[in-house]
Amino acid sequence: MKRSVIDILDLTPAELEALIATALDIIDHPDQYARRCAGKKLATLFFEPSTRTRLSFEAAMYELGGSVLSVTDAASSSASKGESVSDTAKVVSCYADIIAMRHPKEGAALVAAQAASIPVINAGDGGHCHPTQTLADLLTIRREKGAFSGLTIGLCGDLKFGRTVHSLINAMARYPDNRFVLISPEELKLPSYVKKDVLAERGIPYVQTTSLEEAMPELDVLYMTRVQRERFFNEEDYLRLKDSYILDAAKLRTAKSDLCVMHPLPRVNEIAVDVDDDPRACYFKQVLNGKYMRMALILKLLEL
Amino acid sequence: MNIDAIQNGIVIDHITAGRGMRIYELLGLDALDVSVALIKNAVSHQTGGKKDIIKIDSDMSVNFDVLGFVDPGVTVNIIRDGQLVEKRRIDMPERLTNVIRCKNPRCITSTERAIDHVFKLTDRKNKVYRCVYCETKA
Ligand SMILES: [Zn+2]
Repeated sequence: MKRSVIDILDLTPAELEALIATALDIIDHPDQYARRCAGKKLATLFFEPSTRTRLSFEAAMYELGGSVLSVTDAASSSASKGESVSDTAKVVSCYADIIAMRHPKEGAALVAAQAASIPVINAGDGGHCHPTQTLADLLTIRREKGAFSGLTIGLCGDLKFGRTVHSLINAMARYPDNRFVLISPEELKLPSYVKKDVLAERGIPYVQTTSLEEAMPELDVLYMTRVQRERFFNEEDYLRLKDSYILDAAKLRTAKSDLCVMHPLPRVNEIAVDVDDDPRACYFKQVLNGKYMRMALILKLLEL
Repeated sequence: MNIDAIQNGIVIDHITAGRGMRIYELLGLDALDVSVALIKNAVSHQTGGKKDIIKIDSDMSVNFDVLGFVDPGVTVNIIRDGQLVEKRRIDMPERLTNVIRCKNPRCITSTERAIDHVFKLTDRKNKVYRCVYCETKA
């Protein structure tokens, strides 16, 4: 039975554990995986540019010994000719064994998965889901903190539009004894449906604050996000809010010594470069962890 | 059309007063070439309150999902040869296909051709339906 992954919640906690176990094994024994996908092809079907996500998928497939069919301008080559996402998925199913798809419209990956005869991995569908980013986040938390429970997790920046934040909350809400500190300007607060349907529904404690400094000392994880220009209707609001939170070495002085600082990247000004050499900075490790989790997910979906 | 006596057809009863017109529209009854009666603010014999009733003098099939979505709790009476042959209470459907469209302009359903508009019941208590593609509320 063909499986696709559109949303992080498509994976059960048990499946997630298995993926993490595979990723950790890949890290320890890369040689044993170097030919696992020999003869298999991954199609990276990108209807909007996202160089780093595409590179991560392609590096993952190459490290598994597979090959890659890369469509970087899917929008200009098919959509502009009026081809539907369904048809594109059916055509690509004839050439490849698995698809990683990025599309600006919400739900596009599900449409592709319903039409394709091969597994589809959602590599981002507009502001909706980006499950492999969350897989990267989860492996990072597991490797840095050793567990998914008993953590105080600070989420900082754009909590309104930040899909990686919503997805991480959804994923971490499945584990016991976590609490969330939601740090954002008034205008970019976490939407009430996430607070109500996910946090309140499960009795998960959370606090909302506008002050990163106040929250800092209690955090085990600090997840910084970028304020994205494309989410704003007017430039004025964007300019006013974009530098609301800037993490620098001085602000880290009150933080726990084993804090894990994360960011889905790319960053603009949210994290000063003077944080990069701090051992608590985990955002480049997060990139590497993303590749390992994509490798584990490709193996799972190809049933290898 | 004698609205009291239907020979072969359907009576949708116990519609919450005021919702009859919405059901009439969603069922596409305006486009049908059959006798239809929409009765507003009838007095319910059961409760003494007001209700709407739709009577369709035809053997057509009715999309029960529409009824369950707009007004769960309505009853459908199926009449054959002047006799009541079936009485059904209609509950909220788990899925709604091509009844309503997603309002989110960023949803793939706004551009993809030949796609079913599908909504899933995600919260029965609060009657919340969400688009299966983008999860926007109906
Ligand atoms: Zn939608």
